[in-house]
Amino acid sequence: MAEKVLMKGNEAIAEAAIRAGCRHYFGYPITPQTEVAAYMAKRMPKIGGVFLQAESEISAINMVYGVAGAGIRVMTSSSSPGISLKQEGISYLAGADLPALIVNVQRGGPGLGGIQPSQSDYFQATRGGGHGDYHLIVLAPASIQEMADLTALAFDLSDKYRVPAMMLADGTMGQMMEPVELPEPIELDAAEKPWAVTGTKMKRKHNIINSLYLSPEKLEETNLERFERYEQIKKNEQRFESFMMEDAEYCVVAYGITARVSKNAVIAARAQGIKVGMIRPITLWPFPEKAIADVTDQVKAFISVELSMGQMIEDIKLASSCKKPVVLCSRVGGVITTPEEVLETIKKTAGGNK
Amino acid sequence: MKEKKFLFSGFGGQGILFAGKFAAYKGLMEGKNVSWLPSYGPEMRGGTASCGVIVSDDAVGSPIVSNPNILIAMNLPSLDKYEDSVESGGYIFADSTLIERKVKRDDVNVVYIPATRLAKDNGIPTLANMIIIGRIMKELNEFDETALTAALKKVISAKHADMLEVNLKAMRLGAEY
Repeated sequence: MAEKVLMKGNEAIAEAAIRAGCRHYFGYPITPQTEVAAYMAKRMPKIGGVFLQAESEISAINMVYGVAGAGIRVMTSSSSPGISLKQEGISYLAGADLPALIVNVQRGGPGLGGIQPSQSDYFQATRGGGHGDYHLIVLAPASIQEMADLTALAFDLSDKYRVPAMMLADGTMGQMMEPVELPEPIELDAAEKPWAVTGTKMKRKHNIINSLYLSPEKLEETNLERFERYEQIKKNEQRFESFMMEDAEYCVVAYGITARVSKNAVIAARAQGIKVGMIRPITLWPFPEKAIADVTDQVKAFISVELSMGQMIEDIKLASSCKKPVVLCSRVGGVITTPEEVLETIKKTAGGNK
Repeated sequence: MKEKKFLFSGFGGQGILFAGKFAAYKGLMEGKNVSWLPSYGPEMRGGTASCGVIVSDDAVGSPIVSNPNILIAMNLPSLDKYEDSVESGGYIFADSTLIERKVKRDDVNVVYIPATRLAKDNGIPTLANMIIIGRIMKELNEFDETALTAALKKVISAKHADMLEVNLKAMRLGAEY
């Protein structure tokens, strides 16, 4: 077993990406994710990789597009306002079916907002974010170990389905340190991407990377084909952690940092005799709707804990077909919900349902 | 203590984050679950810095230390801000060179140590933080030089190996004060 080291979440993402075979990073600085870029700037030149601080976020995401088209693992990272700037390029990546990793270490918004942690980019991440019908594969780490493990998974899933992947973290996850056991470095086989534009060597037909289709019928066809892949992803890749749900009458749903906070509250509520558990989505898209649907008859109510004015709550309502009440517990603007606040909400919800 | 919830606080430049990292690594090397969370706001640039460290037998839930059981206050604004948040029965370590007032609480263990003056008098002016760490280790009956050296080696890079001995000296000063 590899030795456990203490690492910041942002550094764990960067190191895990390198170990997953990523040799190209393009970005533009913004708090609270700057350590990703700083780590890449230090490491990439030593391993024959490319670190490039672009002149803007828009430029960085288009560099990602170029490298992704060559079939090479590539990533960018930013925080909320910077991710908004990248949306045009992300839509192009989706339209051209290119795999890439985009990291969003969220901060409070809207606008320039603040620099403290937030989860208010949930809609943007899970609904596509840019124009057109598309999805990203969205992963939500809740520990520094997951910052590393899900980075590797994001690259794998993105390659497998040719869908761009997003790591949706927040300022706390980016800045905190925890012990992490880094995965072993892997070697990649370039031949696994026969669609890449790598030169025909006069031996095969041209590959074309493109998102422009002026024929409506052809464009419809690409959309339909892409959504067949989305259905496969929904079927195969829903990931979640279930905590104390066996006999639960109330179900807290929380991801990332709020799942950490909520775990404390669930344990405290159990100590007071309230039968509560938690479902922690690890994939936000696909949302673990089967897990929610499976407990909908069992529980009396859901509690959505999120650092937004209520975004994930809509997915809980959809997945449970609105059969049970869904209560929102949230703080916004960079304020983090405390375990006490979550406990209060659990108690109030349980009290009101007796 | 089953779960140590440290809150280190002081001016930027006093080694608040470093002291926290040391405490976290020491916990990690003892096989505990640990987390380290710094303040990263604009206050880092010249104002107050703080960092919360949890060292626990159980998995760490929320990494946010809002009610520490060990508060390290290295300046007055830190004591003013966090004194009331300390858990009853917990500890407050105050740098009495920079904090002239006494702690108001009577339900916590208070340790005053003139760390900044001790550091200056002993020719290690940047190591007041580690003097306080030494004092904490002594107070918690964890002052074991082998364990402390092992943890120090994790936070001091090989390039700065010459700093090992002075950091140990600082911790001894704190323990013996």
